Amino acid sequence: MSTPDTTLGGARPSLELGRALRSRIDGPVRQVLTAVAALILVLIAYFLLRLYLEARPVFANYGALNFVTDNAWVPSKDSFGAWPLIAGTLITSVIALIIGVPVAVASALYITELAPARIRGVLTTLIELLAAVPSVVYGLWGVFFLIPKIRPAEQWFSDTFAFLPFIGGGTVAGPNYFIAGLILAIMIIPIISSISREVLDTVPREHKEAALALGATRWEMIRMAVLPYSRAGISGAAMLGLGRALGETIAVTLVIGNAPRIGESIFSQGYTLAAVIANEFGEAASDPVHRAALIAAGLVLFMLTLIVNFIARWFVTRSEKRLSAAAAASHAPVQTAGAKA
Amino acid sequence: MSTDSILSDLEKTVNGQSPTATAPTPEVSPKAAGEQSPATGRSLELQDLRLFYSGNEAVHGVDLKYNAGEVTAMIGPSGCGKSTVLRSINRMHEEIPGATVQGKVLLDGIDIYDPRVDVTGVRRAIGMVFQKPNPFPTMSIRDNVAAGLRLAGIKGVEVDDRVEWALKGAGLWDEVKDRLNAPGIGLSGGQQQRLCIARTIAVEPEVILMDEPCSALDPIATLKVEELIGELKEQFTIVIVTHNMQQAARVADRTAFFLLGDLVEVADTQTIFTNPSDTRTEEYVSGKFG
Amino acid sequence: MTSPAAPLRSLPTISAARRRKDKAARSIVAVLTGLALVPLALVLFYLFQQGLGAWSVDFFTTDPTGRSCFPGQTSCDIGGVRSAIVGTVEIIALASAFAIPLGIAVAVYLVEYGKKTKFANTVRYFVDVMTGVPSIVFGLFVYIVLVVAGIGGSWGAWKGSVALALLMLPIVVRSSEVVLNLVPDQLRESALALGSPRWKVITSVVLPTARSGLITGSLLAVARAAGETAPLLFTAFGAAELTFGLSGQMNSLPLQIFNDVRAPQDAIVQRAWGAALLLVLMILALNLIARLAQRRSKIS
Repeated sequence: MSTPDTTLGGARPSLELGRALRSRIDGPVRQVLTAVAALILVLIAYFLLRLYLEARPVFANYGALNFVTDNAWVPSKDSFGAWPLIAGTLITSVIALIIGVPVAVASALYITELAPARIRGVLTTLIELLAAVPSVVYGLWGVFFLIPKIRPAEQWFSDTFAFLPFIGGGTVAGPNYFIAGLILAIMIIPIISSISREVLDTVPREHKEAALALGATRWEMIRMAVLPYSRAGISGAAMLGLGRALGETIAVTLVIGNAPRIGESIFSQGYTLAAVIANEFGEAASDPVHRAALIAAGLVLFMLTLIVNFIARWFVTRSEKRLSAAAAASHAPVQTAGAKA
Repeated sequence: MSTDSILSDLEKTVNGQSPTATAPTPEVSPKAAGEQSPATGRSLELQDLRLFYSGNEAVHGVDLKYNAGEVTAMIGPSGCGKSTVLRSINRMHEEIPGATVQGKVLLDGIDIYDPRVDVTGVRRAIGMVFQKPNPFPTMSIRDNVAAGLRLAGIKGVEVDDRVEWALKGAGLWDEVKDRLNAPGIGLSGGQQQRLCIARTIAVEPEVILMDEPCSALDPIATLKVEELIGELKEQFTIVIVTHNMQQAARVADRTAFFLLGDLVEVADTQTIFTNPSDTRTEEYVSGKFG
Repeated sequence: MTSPAAPLRSLPTISAARRRKDKAARSIVAVLTGLALVPLALVLFYLFQQGLGAWSVDFFTTDPTGRSCFPGQTSCDIGGVRSAIVGTVEIIALASAFAIPLGIAVAVYLVEYGKKTKFANTVRYFVDVMTGVPSIVFGLFVYIVLVVAGIGGSWGAWKGSVALALLMLPIVVRSSEVVLNLVPDQLRESALALGSPRWKVITSVVLPTARSGLITGSLLAVARAAGETAPLLFTAFGAAELTFGLSGQMNSLPLQIFNDVRAPQDAIVQRAWGAALLLVLMILALNLIARLAQRRSKIS
């Protein structure tokens, strides 16, 4: 009895010294770190405020609604209708999703469920390498390889499906929406694939085994136990990819043709919000209204990506919540049972 | 009602119910009419079964026979290889990366590891109930039970009949008949496990493997599942892995004791617990280790 | 698995339709996966094929100031990309100096102090929001608050660094947070039980344990920023000649490539390929080092 008492007594002063030190230095450390973290919130708020303030002249002159709905972007005539840019941004992003999502999700499924264990790591690394190539390099490759090589195929497609409005018919321009969408698809595959992989990895093994033990084939197992479980998470991954596609600048600038009108088909030249900012900033430096219009375009782009990212996060959190709820439901009896009988 | 009679009923119904020739033929159970098959499941035999994880031998040459219509318990301390053996019987072992198998597992004389055998067929014939209840979380109670039937191409009214039969067989029908469309994971742990048993028997396997089916359940739910096992052995050959020696004593006709990847001995449950021939078995069942 | 030529009599067999469906679905998934790798192969192939041809001693030792290369001229002197290499290194170094300490500090706050409080969750949420902000919008923001406002002159390399730092910040925060969360609580508790104050535990136990993981996350952020063009367009702006001062305009590899792609002369486009190859190799090297650091990590 007496031994622990002594130890405790002996330890007490140093404990108090520690406590004193903690309160003297820990307090400020904590405050500084909290301030640093708060900086992020302040930064984003300031960010939105400044973008809005700088864009205000064009909203004031032109009307915010007109800015996003008008069809004429002619800086030389002080006409700033951003609709062709918004449409171009949406068209290229949708093309990117249509091409990129199936490929990305398939690669995630293949890596997590089907590939031989030996090549899983290699495949993961290779897909991630796609993300290591900078935007400007994809643009360079798009201009000098993709545009010339793919043109005959585009022409064939356009002629064959001439009866589909906006898909076929008309002549194929070198740089066009489709090329931009295709390059965007390549650029968003890694992020969609890696998030989908994370989601698929959370599917509990017992559910997959339940399906297999019933005599399901691999594919039936995926349909029965994997996809229903991960649908929300994969949707979130696709939305995050969409967010990336909307804001991607340099590669698109190089391959979209930079024509501020809505093209007649997906093989026409167009423009996007990000591309117009990248291209026209030099000339707008001395023209306050033009500059305000570009900043307004940036604000619209920012809002678009914010909305898409909010939806994506909502999907991902919902999927996480559902997963943990499902896990809790099947774990609960374990807890109440306590120790194994 | 035996497996056979249900199956032949099924075949009749299916044949009678498919007026359109385009309807896909359901995969009915294999017991051909002319064959003399036992009315109570089928026997299983392990012959010099060696199981490996990434080249390391976890189970060293086991020879073991599971009789038709009996419950055989596999007991032993953690890591003795009993679960590994169980998972090799329906070829779930090979789902673990790096896991390999040598030797034979004979189901009524047919080697399920024969290269000509389709692994999904093996798992149809040899069902499995897992340690943790694992109903499909996105499916209703009905769909959970029907999951295996749908895989086999069974459709329509037939599904409902079989779901009802399986739920009754698992002793769950009265508890859930009014909420078949409710999610399976809304049930209690014990009910979930019986739902999983219903899902397993719905496809009418020959053998049911149970991997510590009660370890996640409270005592009352455990009792229900144990009673169920006693009823199910009328129709299915049952192999159960358990940590719990009392459980083995309660449910099993025969008991096999494993230690460090070896089958130490197998005998009538009574014999194993009262008069084992190996001293290690005696020490284990008397609680000296494990 | 194997297709049974003669299925054994007594085991259930799978219908041909199911087998076909399984096979078809698996093949489609595998083919689509292969399709994802086609552009990678093509991009890398063209990069090496075109890029290596542009490399020479001059490519690395001269600046892209030459102007005389028109059709018919046999010897042209467009210059190399020395100023772009120097610029990239300087701009990225400064951006890292801003973003990495700040990012790790935020992560330390979130893991060690904020934990699951409402404020910490809000910060986490907005860090995620920052991850989704297009890089050109960061450029625009820095342009407004630093360039238009004329803080320290107009265009400046350090302003480009700030824009890149904003881009790196969320990446550093999230990856560091993950790594710090991996440090076992027992380590913290045993140090705290010895009477060490929390800040001491962080600096002497938590950060050293997580070091290699923090390095990995930071290097991946650096690699991401190194390839960015958009945030530099109207901040660092670019300059052909070699400059060292971060307060003036400065060249960088992505900017040089962006300008060269749009040039009408083959030799200049060739230089773009050379610069692109160099840039991609630099980024791959950073990725590789990051992975090696990860492998050495004490906590996985």
